[in-house]
Amino acid sequence: MGRQATRMDVNGKSYARVVDARLTLADFLRHEINLTGTHVGCEHGVCGACTVLVDGRTARSCLMFAVQANGCEVTTVEGLAPDGKLSVLQQAFIDNHGLQCGFCTPGMLMTLTELLRDKPEPSEPEVREALTGNLCRCTGYAGIVAAALDAARRLRDEAEKPGAA
Amino acid sequence: MGAKQFGARVTRLEDPALLSGHGRFVDDVKLPGMLHACFVRSPHAHAKLMSIDSKVALIMPGVHAVLTVTDLPDSMRSQPLPLLLPNAALTTPRTQLALARDEVCYVGQAVAVVIADTRYIAEDAAAALIVQYDVLPAVADCRAAAEDDAPRVHADLRSNSASTFQLAYGDIDDAFAAAAHVFTEGLWQHRGGGMAIETRAVVANHDPASDMLTVWSGTQTPHLGRQTLSDLLARDPQSIRMIAPDVGGGFGPKAIFYPEEAVIPAAAIKLGRPVKWIEDRREHFLCATQERDQYWEMSIAIEADAKIRGIRGRMLHDTGAFVPWGIVMPYIASTTVPGPYVVPAYQLETSAMFTNKVPTTPVRGAGRPQAVFAMERLLDRVAHELNIDRAEVRRRNLIQPEQMPYEVGLLFRDGKPLVYDSGDYPRVQEQALELADYDGFRERQRAALNEGHFIGIGLANYVEGTGLGPFEGVTVRVLPNGKVAVATGATSQGQGTRTTLSQIVAEQIGCRLDDIVMTTGDTGAIAQGVGAFASRQAVNAGSSALIAGQSVRKQLVALAARTLGVAEGDIELEDGQATSLRGNKPSVGFGDLARLAQGIPGVSLPSGQAAGVEHTAYYTPSQAAYCSGTHVAEVQVDAMTGGVKILRYTVAHDSGRVINPLIVDGQVQGGVAHGIGNALLEWMQYDANAQPLTTSFADYMLPMATDVPTCAIAHVEVPNPLNPLGVKGAGEGGTIPAPAAIIAAIEDALSRFGVRFAETPLTPERIVSAMRAAGAYERLFAA
Repeated sequence: MGRQATRMDVNGKSYARVVDARLTLADFLRHEINLTGTHVGCEHGVCGACTVLVDGRTARSCLMFAVQANGCEVTTVEGLAPDGKLSVLQQAFIDNHGLQCGFCTPGMLMTLTELLRDKPEPSEPEVREALTGNLCRCTGYAGIVAAALDAARRLRDEAEKPGAA
Repeated sequence: MGAKQFGARVTRLEDPALLSGHGRFVDDVKLPGMLHACFVRSPHAHAKLMSIDSKVALIMPGVHAVLTVTDLPDSMRSQPLPLLLPNAALTTPRTQLALARDEVCYVGQAVAVVIADTRYIAEDAAAALIVQYDVLPAVADCRAAAEDDAPRVHADLRSNSASTFQLAYGDIDDAFAAAAHVFTEGLWQHRGGGMAIETRAVVANHDPASDMLTVWSGTQTPHLGRQTLSDLLARDPQSIRMIAPDVGGGFGPKAIFYPEEAVIPAAAIKLGRPVKWIEDRREHFLCATQERDQYWEMSIAIEADAKIRGIRGRMLHDTGAFVPWGIVMPYIASTTVPGPYVVPAYQLETSAMFTNKVPTTPVRGAGRPQAVFAMERLLDRVAHELNIDRAEVRRRNLIQPEQMPYEVGLLFRDGKPLVYDSGDYPRVQEQALELADYDGFRERQRAALNEGHFIGIGLANYVEGTGLGPFEGVTVRVLPNGKVAVATGATSQGQGTRTTLSQIVAEQIGCRLDDIVMTTGDTGAIAQGVGAFASRQAVNAGSSALIAGQSVRKQLVALAARTLGVAEGDIELEDGQATSLRGNKPSVGFGDLARLAQGIPGVSLPSGQAAGVEHTAYYTPSQAAYCSGTHVAEVQVDAMTGGVKILRYTVAHDSGRVINPLIVDGQVQGGVAHGIGNALLEWMQYDANAQPLTTSFADYMLPMATDVPTCAIAHVEVPNPLNPLGVKGAGEGGTIPAPAAIIAAIEDALSRFGVRFAETPLTPERIVSAMRAAGAYERLFAA
């Protein structure tokens, strides 16, 4: 089996490994560098649980090989609260009961992190549309949608605070 | 008592870890030297297993073993997996061997397992195994299975019938003979899956030093799993620890015991290495149990004023190739039909048929969605034929609150007479109708029609037996560091068990929620347990938490009174401190009290003092707790494409006293989403040879964020008089009536075309076919 060197930044830390060329990015993150927050739900790119940011854009880590992320900056759910303090979006998930079993949650958070960055004032239909790439079997989505809209509001409020960067 | 927690909208204690990527799911377990498994599965729905050649696989680098049935321990070679729910009416109680020996009876049945250094290598080697089959005729459809000349699902069967039984009460012949009207409906509900986003998963490790076998499994029932494993491995249960860590959704299929849960531990013992198996999604489609295929032929006899005189009919249930949970679903379905209505006479003949498909076991709702669909479709038919409003037909037939407790006349699956303990069905229906603005709907419909849109409304009622026994236990123990350890056999796959049980305990003993250290789903933490199914944990574990909390509270008060030298009545417990209300209000922390209760080595404890501050309670409910609810769906149907959009969804339900409205709302909303899937999207399809056709999320549609509206939810709290908390189950009610309400709404939207529907899922294709058959398009284009 072909092995290949790969180097990538994950959550701001650099990792260099020699891996099987066929190793998926999801398995690399979970089993090579032990960031098990990224979950694998279908391995065919529909459920979205494995969603991470690659160079700032959402990607299915189950459909990418680790070597394809060579030289990229990858952000996983562990990167959303690096100093242990939950992000505004994560806190909004708690307050709005945006998760039950928590298995799809990391993917939801990554998708919504991208959405709120690119579209600070999303409408409810826009939030729902953005979430069509992420399946949740527990919540019926209501809490997730409410959390996204709530987080968007809080982020805008923060940005408008005097002295905010 | 401590601060008021019961009934509070407390955010979940589970959330921070799960949100930051620090959950602990089975696939997160990583052990030194761990090997990885891939199962080899039958590609045929029915075949003789002729030979397995693993020579090529075994020489591949990184492959450690290929195990077939002959490599399993003696106790597993001939002993099939247990039948956990026996029933005298189950005439053919067939369950499967952990690995097939002579015959395979569904696509996906495991015939061998490959163990290798990595999952990638294990999959390579699995593909290199040469398995020879002699293909036998298969049965895909339970109606075909019932034919005398049908091929047999197992070659040695004389009949494909697993069970037939009749449930009846009242004078059914008289009910029909003297009826003003009789209407008959033929109904079908499809087979779908649990489809938790986390697939099944098992890790096993045998430690030779302690002879302890530890098994992590994504299961709803670890204590049942340990018992089963003990039987299959002929191993003392005390030397098996089964742990269900964080589990990514259950929904029923993770409640049963699977072949992989026996084979992976057996492999770990045999190889002396930890072994991990993670089900992939395709395997979940093939091998995780499914539910709902039932065919109903039902008649209703009514008076001229639409009052029900009697209901009778037949139901055919597809049980798949084996019956690991017996006939629990057809039995529950058969007893759920009368629901919240006065039905003076009832008779149902039920047949459970084997087919060459993966077994069916409870999926969220467990037979009830089908029964409610049958009943509610009959009532809609009555309303239609008699030209009476659908809500009014129901109103005339609902059991009144003063009739409680109400004895239906059947035996429920808990072995007790079906007696509704409490409920106010008319109030629940009225609340739902009001919240849905049912009375204003026809005006909305006219307005929509003016804009060329077809909208419709539908409603459905249900009664659900929840909180089934036999028991669940909770241990509450105050630790010397002041924390409070709580352990339970209850398990969590997202229900917020840790939060709700913590609320109950914290309120009783007066500690902070943060001071509770909870262990769920670990056979090492509490001696006995049952697990998650039948919306049973709030009733069973919740009541045990209350009882254990009350006992520990008494112990703390007594200890503190003695320590502070005051009367017990002068002690207040709050925030982990016992404080005297007298004098200068001295206080003592729970940790110090726990140390006092541990005593001093060699010194006798004061008279009356037990060792430690702890109590274990195993609450045993006397019968099921019956919850109820009404759903109202408002939909828009695209007449040309058959596309359905749910505009508004309303739920009023009575799950007794609500421990945490945040969590109960989430259970209801999530349940409705599952019901929307059942009504419109989810359809596990097989061809005539029982080959599965929908084995990915590209073929099998799960509801997405754009398919599920945010429900309006009203809680009607009629306390359950039979348990100390007054609670009833809440996990499945969201799913149960949803298909009935949604299909009724679609039919209402298209009522001008005279189309009627009697099946789920109602896909766009089926809607368009029905419209075409009714000549709707000619009328639309002519208009």
